[in-house]
Amino acid sequence: MKSPEIRDTLVLGIRLIGPAIVYTQGLDQKPDTAPQAEPHERLARFEARIDAEEKIEPKDWMPEGYRRTLIRQISQHAHSEIIGMQPEGNWLTRAPTLRRKAILLAKVQDEAGHGLYLYGAAETLGVSREQMTEDLLTGRAKYSSIFNYPTLTWADVGAIGWLVDGAAIMNQIPLCRCSYGPYARAMVRICKEESFHQRQGFEIMHTLCNGTPEQKAMAQDALDRWWWPSLMMFGPSDKDSKHSAQSMAWKIKRFSNDELRQKFIDVTVPQAHFLGLRIPDDELAWDEETGHWRHGPIDWEEFRNVLAGFGPCNRQRMERRRQAHEEGRWVREAARAWAEKHKARAAA
Amino acid sequence: MSAKEWPLYEVFIRSRSGLSHRHVGSVHAADDRMALDHARDVYTRRNEGASIWVVRSSAIVASDPADAAELFDPAADKIYRHPTFYDIPEGVENL
Repeated sequence: MKSPEIRDTLVLGIRLIGPAIVYTQGLDQKPDTAPQAEPHERLARFEARIDAEEKIEPKDWMPEGYRRTLIRQISQHAHSEIIGMQPEGNWLTRAPTLRRKAILLAKVQDEAGHGLYLYGAAETLGVSREQMTEDLLTGRAKYSSIFNYPTLTWADVGAIGWLVDGAAIMNQIPLCRCSYGPYARAMVRICKEESFHQRQGFEIMHTLCNGTPEQKAMAQDALDRWWWPSLMMFGPSDKDSKHSAQSMAWKIKRFSNDELRQKFIDVTVPQAHFLGLRIPDDELAWDEETGHWRHGPIDWEEFRNVLAGFGPCNRQRMERRRQAHEEGRWVREAARAWAEKHKARAAA
Repeated sequence: MSAKEWPLYEVFIRSRSGLSHRHVGSVHAADDRMALDHARDVYTRRNEGASIWVVRSSAIVASDPADAAELFDPAADKIYRHPTFYDIPEGVENL
């Protein structure tokens, strides 16, 4: 017979609402619930399931490291989608045509949706939405470095769709096969929608490149500014990536950072050539032997700086997010009060 | 879950009539109606749905993966529940 406490948790079902409190506090510390029995046997069984390409589902036993890695990765991914609405949101009121405005609005709405799918997936691991929001707003959680760059011209909206969403797709397609079921399912949805994002961006670039010389120069300028930050989106080089090996073993990740970056370069360079644009890398060269584009060194100092909070827009992005959260507070509270009042009336 | 956070709802979508509702994810909402609105905004931006169900996550009763063997293994040796178990002589049709 199970203890009443454990039984309650089971009855609550799909989400581990009971022990959630443990894990929400436990992001940076070990939870105090040790695996109950046969830890080695459990671990062996878990690893055998991973090796057999079985999906792990929310209530299945999993090692704490696996749970924490996923919470960190999925919540950072969600935060990136939410912060990612800002650079493009900057151009919503200044889109050049109604068609472009409707498209951009749909894209920004999708980013909000992606953030919500991902928060939902992270919550199945026992972390609360409230905790994740707090981690973002206090700066304890990170989000993708790319969203700390400014969108200076309309061409930046094109470059973001083409390059940033292109890089995101490259990263996300293997995540559709991630060993954790809810994350994998969220990624399937997201990948379907990202494809529109990338195409609309390329279409903007294509239109600019076939426009006036000024418009083409604007497209080139956007590529010049977004190329290197886009390459940095894949994360540090394999030799410096501290989380990679374990994530690969757990099949959270399927390809290394450098492998994905190379794939992205290989597919994107010909697209730039099609547009008649120049990739801002003097060392870029086709390597006949390997069948890949060789690229120049990436400025990892810049990457570390942006991650550490010193990118061009870090402060602005966080301030805007906090402001939006504060301004929404009365709405959240009023909706809650209204719901409670109606519940009380219905009961009376 | 803190007292301040809106409750969690699980979302089920019927993509078109003739198919069953399928779990697609979750939303937070202050009450049932808002949960439907949020589910519509989050999960049906591209005509994915003809009908939505939302249910408080806390109302779902689920089996425990640890009990899976106890619950599901007994069915494994009852192969006579499948039509392929039976030998039908050659020449017999419509069976």
